[in-house]
Amino acid sequence: MKSNNLETIYVMWLREMKRFLRAKSRIIGTLLLPFFFLLAVGSGFNSGFSLPGAPPGVNYLNFLVPGILGMTMLFSSMSTGISVLWDKEFGFLKEIMVAPVKRFAIVLGRIAGGVTTALIQGILILILSFFLGFKMVNLPSFILALLFMFLIGIGFIGFGVAIASKMEDTQGFSLIMQFVVFPIFLFSGVFFPVTNFPGWLRPIAYLDPLTYGVDGLRSSLIGFSQFPLFLDLIILLIFGALMVILGSWLFSRTEI
Amino acid sequence: MLQVFDGYDIMKTLFMIRVENLTKKFNGFTAVDNISFFVNKGEIFGFLGPNGAGKTTTIKMLATLLKPTGGEAKICGFDVLKEKENVRKSIGIVFQEPALDNRLTGFENLDFHARLYGLDKETRKKRIEEVLNLVELQDKAKILVINYSGGMQRRLEIARGLMHYPKVLFLDEPTLGLDPQTRHRIWDYILQLNQKEKITIILTTHYMEEADYLCQRVGIIDFGKIVALDTPKNLKNILGGDVISIEVFPPERAFEIFKTLSWVKKINRYNSIINLNVEQGEKKIPLLMKIDQKEAGFEIKSVNLRKPTLEDVFLYFTGKTIREGEASQEEKNKMTMRGRFRK
Repeated sequence: MKSNNLETIYVMWLREMKRFLRAKSRIIGTLLLPFFFLLAVGSGFNSGFSLPGAPPGVNYLNFLVPGILGMTMLFSSMSTGISVLWDKEFGFLKEIMVAPVKRFAIVLGRIAGGVTTALIQGILILILSFFLGFKMVNLPSFILALLFMFLIGIGFIGFGVAIASKMEDTQGFSLIMQFVVFPIFLFSGVFFPVTNFPGWLRPIAYLDPLTYGVDGLRSSLIGFSQFPLFLDLIILLIFGALMVILGSWLFSRTEI
Repeated sequence: MLQVFDGYDIMKTLFMIRVENLTKKFNGFTAVDNISFFVNKGEIFGFLGPNGAGKTTTIKMLATLLKPTGGEAKICGFDVLKEKENVRKSIGIVFQEPALDNRLTGFENLDFHARLYGLDKETRKKRIEEVLNLVELQDKAKILVINYSGGMQRRLEIARGLMHYPKVLFLDEPTLGLDPQTRHRIWDYILQLNQKEKITIILTTHYMEEADYLCQRVGIIDFGKIVALDTPKNLKNILGGDVISIEVFPPERAFEIFKTLSWVKKINRYNSIINLNVEQGEKKIPLLMKIDQKEAGFEIKSVNLRKPTLEDVFLYFTGKTIREGEASQEEKNKMTMRGRFRK
């Protein structure tokens, strides 16, 4: 009988994939919100409206798509991270916690599964946006965008696991969505450049890790950004690493 | 002298479970209070007590899910604090509340478990078939667990607990909330796997019949303490012979009089019922009837003679029925909760 960390990560990933592929309504549900944003906001602003702060010639839909991609990654990742809570509620967490495996491997497995499903959703949104008229600069830019999506995913799943590990039950779930996830989304410059925020709000945008994710995505997909690409990368790398460590640490201390 | 000590040490390691002075406190509320016991290899050992008596907390500490406040516990010689991973490999556990992923099929739940415990591909395949056969769920393996009945879920969990050939299996209230028919079926599985797989089983229950039917030894637990521990037979023998239950009015008056009878070994009252522990009960009922009820000032409504059950044993050691025990435990827990909020 041997059990190792890779096998643990794999089996957690496998479970996440099976659950994801079975929840057809969930896949469609999570795609609808970003799609409506693209359709309603993107097309509405697109007609003869020049965005303050953005370079001339950038059409609004092209500006919006990277932001919506960031948003898709944020929502999908946070809900995977927080799904630890549902496992707690339905008792399955006990089955995981009593197994002779390392807790950090369990968290890594959940992250692997969550990143995969979030990437699938992100790519689907990207494909949909092509139909709406989105154009990215070139194909390699897509690879770079994948890297940013990956980093956003890791960071926010870790964050979600950390929050869920500190919560007793699912009661606080909607509070977290309203007071944590939505501000992260709204202050990240999804709809307009963060420099458009008044000075006193700007620090919030700069503290928001998703700001750098959205900026990185914009930089790679449409060649427009406010921060240097490597700064976006470094900040997301640090954020990701910290959240994975924090999430694993808090998760391993959970008592049930 | 040295040899004696050696022998003692060897004996200690032969126990599958050895617990010494185990204690768990939650914010000043003592859930498990300094308990010590051991479980032999191949034994079915039961904890009997009302809800909230500390049974589940004990199991969780033994399964490395809760950190003890004090004391020591070893499973197969592994310390539950220092050698968690070895303990986890050695045990299987079926929790009181379901712990299945109901979006996966029965087969997938077992497969997930087997992979988590590092079973290789061939062993996985063989073992899943074996445990499914044991609990007779072969034809339901491909169905999502969300469509299983309560009894099927419990059987699947027992099967899963066995997947990785554990040496010790914990069953926390294995038949809670199941109908009598399903309960008897689960009892049969438990006895079967104890014999077939030679597995040591430790279970908790608040059903007297369950403890009596399944367990070789029973520990009666109340307010976090073990108040008695022996075979069901010996426990019942403590009460001696028979129990005469008398429904009487007014019970207070009768109680005072019965108490003075020389052949009554132990007496207790539960509302209008008075229980007498006696030898050769069938010969004592006529004696009882000889008391002039009019003169004594009470009236006997009914008399019942029976062999003592574990319910009587519980009553004897705790001074209350298990149902009352549950009410007072809840009260006590509530009080502590209130205390917690005040802080």
